[in-house]
Amino acid sequence: MDTLPPLQTLLRLSNFGRSLYAPGYTYQPVSVEEIEQIFKTARRQGLTVGLRGAGKSYNDAALNGGGIVIDLRRMNRILDWNPETGVVRLEPGVTIQQLWQHILPDGWWPPVVSGTMTTTLGGCLAMNIHGKNNFRMGTLGEHVLEFTLLLPTGLEILCGPKKNRDLFYAAIGGLGMLGVFTTITLQMKKIRSGLLQVRAWNVPNLAAHLNALEAGAPAHDYIVGWLDATARRAGLGRGQIHTADYLTEEQDPRPQHSLRVEYQTLPSTFFGLVPKSLLHYFMAPFMNNPGTRAVNTAKYLLGLTARSYRQTHAAFHFLLDYIPDWELAYGRNGLIQYQSFLPKETARDAWTEMLTLSHRRGLPSYLGVTKRHRPDEFLLSHAVDGFSLALDFKVTDRKRARLAQLLQDFDRIVLEAGGRFYFAKNSETTPQTARHFLGQEAMAKFKALKKRCDPHNLLESDLYRRVFEEDE
Amino acid sequence: MPKNALSLPPRSTPLKPRRRALVIGASSGIGAALARQLAREGYALALLARRQDMLETLCKEINAASGESRAVFYVHDVREYAAVPALLQRILADLGSLDLVVYNAGVNLPAAYDFENDRLMTEVNFIGALAWLDRVAALFQQLRSGQIVGISSVAGDRGRAGNPAYTASKAALTCYLEALRNRLSRYGVHVLTVKPGFVQTDMLKQAQRPFMVISPEQAAADICKALRRRKQFLYTPARWGLIMLIIRLIPSFLFRRLRFLA
Repeated sequence: MDTLPPLQTLLRLSNFGRSLYAPGYTYQPVSVEEIEQIFKTARRQGLTVGLRGAGKSYNDAALNGGGIVIDLRRMNRILDWNPETGVVRLEPGVTIQQLWQHILPDGWWPPVVSGTMTTTLGGCLAMNIHGKNNFRMGTLGEHVLEFTLLLPTGLEILCGPKKNRDLFYAAIGGLGMLGVFTTITLQMKKIRSGLLQVRAWNVPNLAAHLNALEAGAPAHDYIVGWLDATARRAGLGRGQIHTADYLTEEQDPRPQHSLRVEYQTLPSTFFGLVPKSLLHYFMAPFMNNPGTRAVNTAKYLLGLTARSYRQTHAAFHFLLDYIPDWELAYGRNGLIQYQSFLPKETARDAWTEMLTLSHRRGLPSYLGVTKRHRPDEFLLSHAVDGFSLALDFKVTDRKRARLAQLLQDFDRIVLEAGGRFYFAKNSETTPQTARHFLGQEAMAKFKALKKRCDPHNLLESDLYRRVFEEDE
Repeated sequence: MPKNALSLPPRSTPLKPRRRALVIGASSGIGAALARQLAREGYALALLARRQDMLETLCKEINAASGESRAVFYVHDVREYAAVPALLQRILADLGSLDLVVYNAGVNLPAAYDFENDRLMTEVNFIGALAWLDRVAALFQQLRSGQIVGISSVAGDRGRAGNPAYTASKAALTCYLEALRNRLSRYGVHVLTVKPGFVQTDMLKQAQRPFMVISPEQAAADICKALRRRKQFLYTPARWGLIMLIIRLIPSFLFRRLRFLA
């Protein structure tokens, strides 16, 4: 008889927002053979297997409570890099940080990056991440030339946009439920400088906010908005727009300097004095309704004059890494993020209703971020021709039930407005909501593929159980 | 054996966290009452006992009352020690995690210098607890969290002429739980020793002169309250605390002469 997974491998794993914990028998394989072995053990033991990268999803995507978790961070070799063509082949545990630091000196940058550089490429692909340039570059999946997928059956399949096409478009964004990406080949983006030209200006309300995103997108390489979700009435939806553009060789006379990895390093102190690792202690007292309102108002007033400056790629892209462990400022119950994607025609009305509702219930979001998007071909896609709004909420015991009700109302508003959701973010999406926005056909197609790739249902996560297993 | 036809309780989400409990010896008495009470408090439950029909009825009742799948059951005899590790792993996988484990399995058989009876009592009341709680203690220590409840008895506070093996098994359980508490408190694991007096259960038939009898529901309510307050010991009803304090203080030479007590 096979022995049980040793108790020492059982770790209490958490999500990015530290709002959820679940134990998992955690393995860190370094080879495909080891992964195959884990699948065999799982099957003999009647346990399920969840896949985990850096564990940076805000919800339960990288948790598999009581089951096995394959943490892929040790499969982190960059297998092949061609500085002439910008094609990179890597293992799934390579992080965005490892990748950009490897390719930047040659004048390349990942075409799509997340808000933190600690995510792994395998995780990013399983969620099909987008960046602040989604309207122009699409999702990360659109830059994949091919990947090999190890199925729980032990079969390894090569997929590309033209080879095993159905699996290619389902496994990218497939929540790690069809197989394990064992190698990934990606096309990088050529850049001429390690700096970006950034412009920032305020927008006084939601209409101006969305107009700025729509009008600004075609003219810029990146665009993102900060939305002051505590502002009411005439100021509802006010915020700040940031655009960023690549520099040409003429604009940066010393590209070899700015393309150095050391040049991109984020400062470790604030105002040259306070170590950033301590900052979350100073933020914590402001993590309440009046505190956030005061901080947001100050931020808005300070941004009244439009600014233009140059910033490194790392500083512009990886805002979430700017303050280490910032999520600790949200207290012991952590935070959740609610991100909705709405068509440009309905976004304004729907978000006006949602923001107003959150104020009326005394549950304003403490951070709002907006982006411009375009649709894509992936089976479980979250993208629309429109905008997204990500809202962070602090979780407290007192507010939990009211917050759950608020998000349920948000779901209704978003679905009525033809919106979609992103599986790496929302933690309360129900099977009914998922079926509504994905459609019966996509859902059935995904389940059929799942059955084909994983006939014994070995791959599972708490997210998958929550959203997809309703009527099985 | 383990998995049954009932659907598993939903997992926790940040806004709908669910605590998860395993009740060993859940088919009747304090175990069943505690299961109902924990379900009312929102726990997802794994219920263990030998009698499948009673477990099934209890699960259905709990799930109907809460309007969702909240309890599943596993048929198990606590003397099947070898089955424990795999069964605990199964339960952990089915519930997604464990926050609370209650060891309530217990028997009280007539004391007639009958070795088979005495061994059975020791096995169910104590050895079964070792088999389960050793494994649970290791699990909770590894996870740095969890609550363990052992249902001992006021009978375990002194060696009683009425039933030597029963009182010895409960004394062993009390001592073992105290040792677990001393071992696990540094890891954030809470251990509660419950010492009920006379409770209106099947076991009461063995009692010679029951008094201050309470219902299993009252015992369950007291246990839940003690869990919330993270108490170390619980006498239920509380008056037993004073009674047992006095009884513990009676010197042995005197105690054996007090026939109504000993």
